[in-house]
Amino acid sequence: MSEQFRTCPDTGLKFHKPAENLMKANAVAAVVFLLVGGIYGLLVGLTRWPAVHLLPADAFYLTLTAHGINVLIFWMIFFEIAVLYFASSVLLGCRLAVPKVAWAGFALMLIGALMNNYIVATGTSSVMMTSYAPMEAHPLFYLSLILFAVGALLGCMVFFATLVVAKQEKTYEGSVSLVTFGAITAAIIAVFTIVSGAIILVPTLLWSLGFIAEIDALAYRLIWWAFGHSSQQINVAAHISIWYAIAAICFGAKPMSEKVSRMAFLMYILFLQLASAHHLLVDPGVSSEFKMFNTSYAMYLAVMASMVHGLTVPGSIESAQRAKGFNSGLFEWLRRAPWGNPTFSGMFISLIGFGFLGGISGVVMGAEQINILMHNTVYVPGHFHATVVIGSTLAFMALTYWLVPILFRRELVFKKVAAWQPYIFGLGMSGVALFLMGAGTLGVPRRHWDITFSLTGGVVHEFPAAANTMLALNGLSVILAVLGGALFCVIIVLSILFGRKLGDEKQEPALIATPPDDAAYEGIGRGSISVPGTFVMAMVFFVAFALYYFINWKYLAETWGIS
Amino acid sequence: MSTLSPPKSRIWWKEPIERSELIWISLVFVWGLFMAFMMPYWHVTGDQNLSNETYKTTPERFLEKTQAMVDEYTVRNEGPRNFPVVKPPPGGDVYMVSRLWEFWPIIELEEGQSYRFHLTSMDWQHGWSLQPANINIQVVPKYEHVFTLTPNSAGEYSVICNEYCGVGHHLMIGKIHVVESGK
Repeated sequence: MSEQFRTCPDTGLKFHKPAENLMKANAVAAVVFLLVGGIYGLLVGLTRWPAVHLLPADAFYLTLTAHGINVLIFWMIFFEIAVLYFASSVLLGCRLAVPKVAWAGFALMLIGALMNNYIVATGTSSVMMTSYAPMEAHPLFYLSLILFAVGALLGCMVFFATLVVAKQEKTYEGSVSLVTFGAITAAIIAVFTIVSGAIILVPTLLWSLGFIAEIDALAYRLIWWAFGHSSQQINVAAHISIWYAIAAICFGAKPMSEKVSRMAFLMYILFLQLASAHHLLVDPGVSSEFKMFNTSYAMYLAVMASMVHGLTVPGSIESAQRAKGFNSGLFEWLRRAPWGNPTFSGMFISLIGFGFLGGISGVVMGAEQINILMHNTVYVPGHFHATVVIGSTLAFMALTYWLVPILFRRELVFKKVAAWQPYIFGLGMSGVALFLMGAGTLGVPRRHWDITFSLTGGVVHEFPAAANTMLALNGLSVILAVLGGALFCVIIVLSILFGRKLGDEKQEPALIATPPDDAAYEGIGRGSISVPGTFVMAMVFFVAFALYYFINWKYLAETWGIS
Repeated sequence: MSTLSPPKSRIWWKEPIERSELIWISLVFVWGLFMAFMMPYWHVTGDQNLSNETYKTTPERFLEKTQAMVDEYTVRNEGPRNFPVVKPPPGGDVYMVSRLWEFWPIIELEEGQSYRFHLTSMDWQHGWSLQPANINIQVVPKYEHVFTLTPNSAGEYSVICNEYCGVGHHLMIGKIHVVESGK
């Protein structure tokens, strides 16, 4: 058995060979689909820019479909499967359960992803990621997603089985680490998500083959979003686990308190995957009581959980930094953070972007009545580019920079470029999020090829000039973001293929920080507040949140009466 | 010990909570309760609450009712598509057909008056986006959604489809005129 394991000379982590190979395969597949989806995204951004208007209409809708599915599903889920194997087999130091099943899952996911890309590229399935019935795609479109989902479900099962192995073989003492706990949260939400997906996609496949006469459009929306929105909660749980992991990797941080962070993850399991109603707030036939309960995740308990992580992640970094002696003023700990290390900078930009841009906009847009102002405008993609791209994708990128030397035992190439990459990508994507949200508040529709209405035979609507400016700025931001994304893909692929082999050589500076002694944590901060800097940032966040929330109620009050 | 390793003490759930965490949790919990309260509060005091009144319907039945309204209240025809402009009486029912790829007919309303709008789709899902008032409502086939709108300022408004509905999605646009009361 022992030759099945290697101990990483840099981190002391134990890698089980089959787990290692599976993580490599999943991570590489993820990066490839990110590259494909990113190129599609560039074409979308350039077509939305009125002065450029790159693609013809049918190609635009095809591209938008392919963009969404590649980055939102394939890149995310492949990467998350790698994270699940890392959080179980590597962090618990045990063998991966049933690697053959894991490989079968990987094969199904790969077949599904390739099949989906093929069938979308033929132009027969330009139905967007949501594929709202009764609009119909080619049967292979639904089949490919089902195959992918079954593969991902197998990955989750292997993860759970590996937890059992670790427990039985007693490879760890006490409770699992916080990061593993977060990964368990993600995997539990993933099972709920995939089951919801099966409940709606299997009948839809049968309908497209002619075995079922009709799919009710409203039922489709309700169940599809139990799948579609929850899948984003997998990403949230995964990237927050990664934030915690990077806090330990770069600073040796420990949780401020285990209880609080774990309760916050538990809130996710209990409430975060409600959320289907976020997409049904202006639908017919859905009661306001259901909308209010569901859209607020049962009175904002899951929002509370996210805001708690938003405090405890930087808080754990701050206390570790203060314990190391960066204890003066409010922000010395932050100034002295390794801003040139893309693992840290990527994680921190992810944290700020996810909270300020994605989090606030999501909660505001999710208020039942305010949603009337934003439903299906480009505000919606603006919001989720902040959550899923700045939040999840950038966090995944940040972790990948660390995984290349640890997992692949290769040195990163172009380290200087890598140090800039999170800033380029983060800035570009913040522009995308802000300018799309801006255009959305001016009413610009989402998934729309031509807001100048040049082909409607003279029935036109003129959006405010600012809308065109926003979409042009969005186009420029897309170019910057895609440049950042491409740099990431190139650096990672070249490093894996041609980076200097590291073998058993220990790296300098160390690839994982030594945790400060418990004694060093004594008396840090100011008075009874051990993390004053984080606390001030949290208050700034809270004020921004509250202001933006009330401004939108005011906007709402200014429009027509609706009852 | 770090976030990557098991908690140091086995009984971690009995460890004290940091003060800053405690303050923050209390604050965001109250904020959550407040936001949860805002929605029902607006139902009572606000003027923008979308009705959920909905009936099952069929495209044929809905078209029939729309045609009856067009026959009774058309005041003129206009625009490049020569659509009827229908002016239902204040307080009356307004039927607007959403289909690939148009909203039909053109509606004329009076400022400050209320109208019962009926929306459904003849085919796929559509988005009924009233601009520049920025009111966005999902249109679902076989469900007739009934709600009341009260225009608050005169002018020309567009209805733009903002739910992707196939390759002609960007062609789908309609018009609503709002005129001053009594004109």
